[in-house]
Amino acid sequence: MSNNFLRRVDLIFDKDCDFKQVLQSAYQKSNDEIINELLESGLKGRGGAGFPTALKWKFTAEQPDPEKYVVCNADEGEPGTFKDREILFQVPMKVFGGMAICAKAIGAKEGYIYLRGEYRFLLKELESQLEVFHALLDEMKIPFRIKIIMGSGAYICGEESALFESMEGDRGEPRNKPPYPTVSGFRKKPTVINNVETLVYSFMIFRYGARKFKELGTADSRGSKVFSVSGDTPKPGIYELELGMTVEQFVEEFGDGDTKAVQVGGASGFCVPRKKFKDTIIGFEGVPTGGSMMLFNSSRSMFNVLHNYLEFFEEESCGQCTPCRVGCQQLKLGIEAVKKGEKHANYLEQLQKLAQTMKITAKCGLGQSVANSFFSIVENFKEEMIY
Amino acid sequence: MMAKQINLTIDGMPITVDEGTTILQAAKKLNIHIPTLCYHDDLCVAGNCRVCVVEMKGSRTLPASCAMPVAEGMEIQTNTIKVRTARKHIIDLLLSEHNAKCTTCYKNGNCELQELAAEYKISEPMFIDLVPHKNYQMDAYSPSIIKDDSKCIRCQRCVRTCEELQHVSALGVAYKGDKMKISTFFENPMFEVVCTNCGQCVNRCPTGALVERNYVDEVWQAIFDEDKHVVVQTAPAVRVALGEALGMEPGEIVTGKMVTALKRLGFDSVLDTDFSADLTIMEEGFELLGRLKKALVDKDPNVRLPMATSCSPGWIKFIEHTYPEYLDNLSTCKSPQQMFGALAKTYYAQKRNLDPAKIVSVSIMPCTAKKFEADRPEMRSSGYKDVDYVLTTRELAIMIKQAGIDFASLPESHYDSVMGASTGAAVIFGATGGVMEAALRTAYEVVTGREVPFDGLNITPVRGMDGVREAAVKIEGTKPEWSFLEGAELKTVVAHGLTNAKKVMDAVRDGKANWHFIEIMACPGGCIGGGGQPIPTNEEIRKKRAEAIYREDEGMPIRKSHENPEVLAIYKEFLGEPNSHKSHELLHTHYKERQRY
Ligand code: SF4
Ligand code: SF4
Ligand code: SF4
Ligand code: SF4
Ligand code: FES
Repeated sequence: MSNNFLRRVDLIFDKDCDFKQVLQSAYQKSNDEIINELLESGLKGRGGAGFPTALKWKFTAEQPDPEKYVVCNADEGEPGTFKDREILFQVPMKVFGGMAICAKAIGAKEGYIYLRGEYRFLLKELESQLEVFHALLDEMKIPFRIKIIMGSGAYICGEESALFESMEGDRGEPRNKPPYPTVSGFRKKPTVINNVETLVYSFMIFRYGARKFKELGTADSRGSKVFSVSGDTPKPGIYELELGMTVEQFVEEFGDGDTKAVQVGGASGFCVPRKKFKDTIIGFEGVPTGGSMMLFNSSRSMFNVLHNYLEFFEEESCGQCTPCRVGCQQLKLGIEAVKKGEKHANYLEQLQKLAQTMKITAKCGLGQSVANSFFSIVENFKEEMIY
Repeated sequence: MMAKQINLTIDGMPITVDEGTTILQAAKKLNIHIPTLCYHDDLCVAGNCRVCVVEMKGSRTLPASCAMPVAEGMEIQTNTIKVRTARKHIIDLLLSEHNAKCTTCYKNGNCELQELAAEYKISEPMFIDLVPHKNYQMDAYSPSIIKDDSKCIRCQRCVRTCEELQHVSALGVAYKGDKMKISTFFENPMFEVVCTNCGQCVNRCPTGALVERNYVDEVWQAIFDEDKHVVVQTAPAVRVALGEALGMEPGEIVTGKMVTALKRLGFDSVLDTDFSADLTIMEEGFELLGRLKKALVDKDPNVRLPMATSCSPGWIKFIEHTYPEYLDNLSTCKSPQQMFGALAKTYYAQKRNLDPAKIVSVSIMPCTAKKFEADRPEMRSSGYKDVDYVLTTRELAIMIKQAGIDFASLPESHYDSVMGASTGAAVIFGATGGVMEAALRTAYEVVTGREVPFDGLNITPVRGMDGVREAAVKIEGTKPEWSFLEGAELKTVVAHGLTNAKKVMDAVRDGKANWHFIEIMACPGGCIGGGGQPIPTNEEIRKKRAEAIYREDEGMPIRKSHENPEVLAIYKEFLGEPNSHKSHELLHTHYKERQRY
């Protein structure tokens, strides 16, 4: 376990993986064994919410309905992230492999990759790789097929139930939950939906074994994960790092010596100010993240940072539920009004209460998470909001 | 199978309900009121306004009670400070986006958002007024429906109505985020899209965002114009619903009071659409018999069967857009409203010795599509606009209130004459299946000389609220001129709500149908559930209105269209016989194909 230094790992991008062999050994296991191995590894979804992946598979496997699906969420829309693109570009076979193992565990015959509209340029290569993969499945007599569906280009379609709506040809609006996808997902059938990175890790766990994966990271945050680093850094790019480092360690490695804040988890994540770098762990025990890490140095206006995020949400909210649709507009106009002096500084408190309401009443994660960046920026950089 | 039982507590009170019940429904059983906006009894759950949120023990978030199913051991609080704050925020947010000019709003006093704002005592706006930032548009071009986006709270009730109940999908959600709005194909005005003008969306819109185009002022003008003779006709479904809009219970029959009120409002003559409903039965019944003869005896390959009713203008516009290849299956009869209009400025004018140019003909309808129908260019066979103004049941209620009339205490009176006599057969036009039942009562008797063989003329298989209902009548003992029908089984089907109309038409298209006669009403429940009827509506209310319709029928001295004395008189004096040349000139029409989007 490493909490005092930053460790690079290279689990997923290595190219000489005996693909067929990993798949074969996974397919020799019983469904329960597959799920138990995954459970043992402690893998949690890499999208940020951190639901144990094995439980998702288990709940879906337990559904009596014979028609089930595995869906790969490749609708990476968070500003500043492009790690899924990198994974699909570098190691697509491992993504397919993760889907095939999941399909075995839950009893699915069909899988879908919902590919972000902006990644259309990957499509041709992915499809030719899929042919190779399907040929391999045929050889191994595995009755499983993967299809690629192009996304519609809306951020909200990354939300799993909105993604299903979009796949079914409807407008991408999140559904009411429950029922969850494990019970009623794509075509209202039990569905495992994992993002690209989670599926790759699932596959790698069957290459290296749960134990090796579990040795990495902390009790709450097992394994490694892929980060996209951007902002005021001399080393922007994609890095696979062990979980459990503090923000301070991260900044030591990636900062430019003048970092005043790090936005962990993108627009829907948390802003960590310098005074909290030391005590903040990147992982589920501290600040969880889907992988986006954005560094800000002292030349940045945090008002502008927040304003940009709010503009983004105001536009990307699906607009169906009141707290999110109108709340985002009010937060944005609200901080503008305070900045311009049209509203008293204590209007910020009113807005924080509103953000709190959004957090607990919005229909889906998008509206609920707006409060994260709002709170953490307003709390920590109040003066920048007012003057 | 008995549903699994779930135990939970709401506000500390234990309750046991079936699995699958929502928190909202469970709370209702305990008489706990939870406010709602996007929820509607008739529609699927959307869960998007979020005003119905409650606190659930162990949950970080406040679930929407309309969309959250109960679970064993749940502990729900519906009225904590957390809940109240959240709801207040949400109402405030809605108001900030909303052009809340309640004083000049058509829905003032009958608006769910307004009620909620009052309930939560919203006095000072909490947030920034967003209205000046929005480029709100008003669509006021349709003769039936006005859509004002600045009043829209995006609850999507209209979208669900149009899609689920009507299978039209004229309205949909466009754009996202702050620009998200309810829109039409290419944002075209309502009158240019597939909208059938049925007004079901209007009936379910909680605010003033979708309303009927109202003609109250125009009608007052006419009434006060000394030079004009204003006749008013009232549709069958109005008399069992008007009371609701004036503070009475659903299902009260207010025919007599309504007639008195109309007279007091100053209409020169108060007449009954029932008269022309009976006429419709004569025309349509003989048309059907004629088609059957051509098909069965003359073996004419051009005759189109099954024949479909044509009294519901929402249905007419739907078929024009959606199944234009079946337009020839429609009866050529005009709707009772339009038959009445055509006769008001011809037959009635003659009988009363009036200059038709000076007659203003007004109709009171349960329906917004009737406004569109009256505006169709075909509807001028009297040489004038046959029906000048169509008012909904709701608009009539407004006029009654404006005139300061205490409706509940009014004495009852009778319709005036020429074109005021009605029968039970005409009254039941107001409910789904009614036209079919009325037609069968007449057709059977014409063919056999005997009454239709059902208990007391009540053809119950065509009644009720099932979406599609079939009934067959075996014809026995025909008169000699109808002997070709001896032993034949007349097969009929009834559908209400356009989603069900689609089912019937698909069966016809796929050759899976062997019906002779189809009745279709665009609105759920038929006209009693029309888009111009009092708000709210739900299945329970519609049932009460329908029951009242059948009660009214049972109580009528004459219950068959062909026995209506004024109908018999008009044939004798004016039209000759059903489907005569003159009838065709005045009472029949044709339909046209329209684009499919
Ligand atoms: S929270 Fe936002 S994105 Fe999610 S359903 Fe509501 S409006 Fe749509
Ligand atoms: S829709 Fe309702 S709240 Fe809005 S202006 Fe009209 S009455 Fe007022
Ligand atoms: S009037 Fe009827 S058809 Fe037109 S939009 Fe409303 S529900 Fe749809
Ligand atoms: S028009 Fe009416 S029913 Fe439709 S979304 Fe707006 S407020 Fe709701
Ligand atoms: S009534 Fe429940 S969310 Fe609208």
